[in-house]
Amino acid sequence: MKSLKEIRFFGWMVGIVWLLFPLHGVSQEMGDHQYTTEAIQAGLRVYSRECALCHGPRGDLVSGINLRLGQFRNAQSDDDIRTVVLDGAAEGQMPAFNFNAEELNGVIAYIRAGFDPEGVAIRIGDPIRGQALFEGKGECVNCHRVNGIGPRTAPDLSEIGAIRSPASLQRNLLDPGAAILPINRPVRIVTRNEETIIGRRLNEDTYTVQLIDSQERLRSLKKSDLVNYEISMQPSKTPTTLNSDEVADVVGYLLTLRGLR
Amino acid sequence: MNKSKIKLLYICFIAGLFVSGQVGAQVPYDRIVNATEEPENWLTYNGDYMSQRYSRLDQITPDNVTNLELKWILQNQVFGAWQSNPIIVDGVMYVTERPNSVMAVDASTGRVFWKFRHTPSENARVCCGANNRGVAVLDDRVFMGTLDARLIALDRINGQPLWNAEVADVNLAYSVTMAPLVVKDKIIVGVGGGEYGIRGYVAAFDAETGEQAWKTYTIPGPGEPGHDSWEGDDWEHGGASVWITGSFDPELNLTYWGVGNPGPDWNAGQRPGDNLFSDSVIALDADTGELEWYFQFTPNDGYDYDSVQVPVLADMVWRGEPKKVMMWANRNGYFYVLDRVTGLFLEGKPFVTVNWSSGLDENGRPIPTPQPEGMPTYPGNQGGTNWYPPSYSPRTGLFYFSAWENYATIYRAEESEYVPGQAFLGGGFSVLAPSPDAPTIGIGRTNPINNWTDEVGYASLKAMDPQTGEAVWSYNQYDVSDSGMLTTATDLLFTGGREGYFHAIDARSGDLIWNVNLGGQIVMAPVTYMVDGIQYVSVISGNGLSTFALRD
Repeated sequence: MKSLKEIRFFGWMVGIVWLLFPLHGVSQEMGDHQYTTEAIQAGLRVYSRECALCHGPRGDLVSGINLRLGQFRNAQSDDDIRTVVLDGAAEGQMPAFNFNAEELNGVIAYIRAGFDPEGVAIRIGDPIRGQALFEGKGECVNCHRVNGIGPRTAPDLSEIGAIRSPASLQRNLLDPGAAILPINRPVRIVTRNEETIIGRRLNEDTYTVQLIDSQERLRSLKKSDLVNYEISMQPSKTPTTLNSDEVADVVGYLLTLRGLR
Repeated sequence: MNKSKIKLLYICFIAGLFVSGQVGAQVPYDRIVNATEEPENWLTYNGDYMSQRYSRLDQITPDNVTNLELKWILQNQVFGAWQSNPIIVDGVMYVTERPNSVMAVDASTGRVFWKFRHTPSENARVCCGANNRGVAVLDDRVFMGTLDARLIALDRINGQPLWNAEVADVNLAYSVTMAPLVVKDKIIVGVGGGEYGIRGYVAAFDAETGEQAWKTYTIPGPGEPGHDSWEGDDWEHGGASVWITGSFDPELNLTYWGVGNPGPDWNAGQRPGDNLFSDSVIALDADTGELEWYFQFTPNDGYDYDSVQVPVLADMVWRGEPKKVMMWANRNGYFYVLDRVTGLFLEGKPFVTVNWSSGLDENGRPIPTPQPEGMPTYPGNQGGTNWYPPSYSPRTGLFYFSAWENYATIYRAEESEYVPGQAFLGGGFSVLAPSPDAPTIGIGRTNPINNWTDEVGYASLKAMDPQTGEAVWSYNQYDVSDSGMLTTATDLLFTGGREGYFHAIDARSGDLIWNVNLGGQIVMAPVTYMVDGIQYVSVISGNGLSTFALRD
């Protein structure tokens, strides 16, 4: 374990805060501008004070819920959220909050704005052109799978539009090294049996690692059986060579991928 | 029925009391104060008044620990982190369940004798989950603090409530999540609510009647020493909660309590001054509650560095001199050794990366080095360690605890107004992550997939030498750990982690000897006890309390 740690390339590429790099909310980008900037910013204050302790600063600390990305257990509409906040839910795990109308409005605005108090616009292009680029010139389908088509070696993107913001999608295209989630870093493993395994991590703990290998097999390995375990800080893809119009189109396409939800 | 038959029945009844009888035995104070003399039982939250969580049981050894097998599991019936510490008295285990239930369990089979449910008031507010960390016992009674800030006494044999006393006003968001501490004829508890602008205190209640015997605020009022460490009316809602069970030195007649963060949590500028006795250890007279001394770890804290760690006491030769010491790995990232007679600082060194301070002066006061806005502070908001109970083994002379490595937070301070009963936080924070969308670490683990990875933080079990203030060895886990520690007379160290592995580690070398995947986060310390000559080790993982013993 200790020796394995040593060979790993540690080092922070970026220390990033959501405040410093505002993300853009899906709902806002899709043209849902029913809340004012003032309401969103008021909501940030209420959220930090009352909600962040359990839901976390990014809204993702309660299981099954990601407020920033608009994922709830049951609520769908703004009125649903209003009810949950005022009445509580989940057998008291979510307490009831005695908000006034302005506070309540603000919190919903902040959630619907994807936790972005500023609102930096990401250009969204034409999804049809985007799909053509995704499947053709952009070479995305060489690694990514969408709706059952394509390899599984890179993350499946069938619902990426529901779980990522436009800013995040754009960043993944332009600067994948800064955008890759740590769990997705490519790994290269050599076992005691002298097998070399290249793959993408799915999960890891103190004694084991689970991955999908380059043959698309699910592998679970004991670290004590490994003679080498390298985690690359660089993703297997390089920054896209598509121009900015084309990137906007691809982002537009990706936002339409909302899975079976 | 003739007389001789009646007489026979009577004799049978009396004999029956003696035979079956351990269940009915009393637990007077004398037994508790000498708890280490009866290692077959686990009579207080931390095992004994010194809070060493060291057991003299020696049936399970490094040589046979690999023969441990699961004997029984008790399933929790509610959701949420199970942070309860079981108490074991003469073959009966008392364990609490969220929000405020107590169960009496057969410690050798896991079958339940009785269950008492208290439904907290719907006005109860707690920041971080409906936690309860266990009960205390005295004589024929069991005592539990509640989320709605009450203290309840139950009949230990049948689970019937005997009294139910108010500890604090639930409408001001006071709560009790700790296991009470029994000292002599009193039941002592502290109050939670540090995120809601309470004014914290420790209070003692008469075990017989539930009447309050004394109450000592953790924030001194006007005219009291330390009051001038606050400005204006900040002291009235300055937090300083006490939510972890303290320790007791019968010789000095002092109880020791760790005190929580000042409020509002993240805006230190809003409450100028040292904010005594927040983030301190306080020594209180066990009979009167009078303050004997205090030591503050983090003056004017803006990082939520509660000092609610367990005060671990030991009598040792410290650098050539016999000393009564207190060892303390603090949430602020420093490990301390204090003289527990006087409260004087003996030694203090960082055990993880610390950048909010550049070191400690000769009195143990930190030299502050606040980070620029937007830059990460080490250790992060959950601290270099937290409330999870450490262990000290008098055999190895080492102090063991869970630390969080490589974990940082970016704080944001803002002005906040105190509104009674509402959150009073003064800003917010985000955990440092390697990319903007990366998941981070929260309070507890709810995902079987570790997609935040050790790049956001990982666990390091550290074996600290109090003589040097440095770690002799450490044992890392890939995820962070909120697990407490248990050591035994055979130099075994039992602990867990969020990944759900239960480990037996060589307490001298730090080598892993045995482990088993129990599948759910371990967020309390294991305990050990003996029934009918069999040594058991119990640990709560996820929603199951698993109990192991050697293979028959």
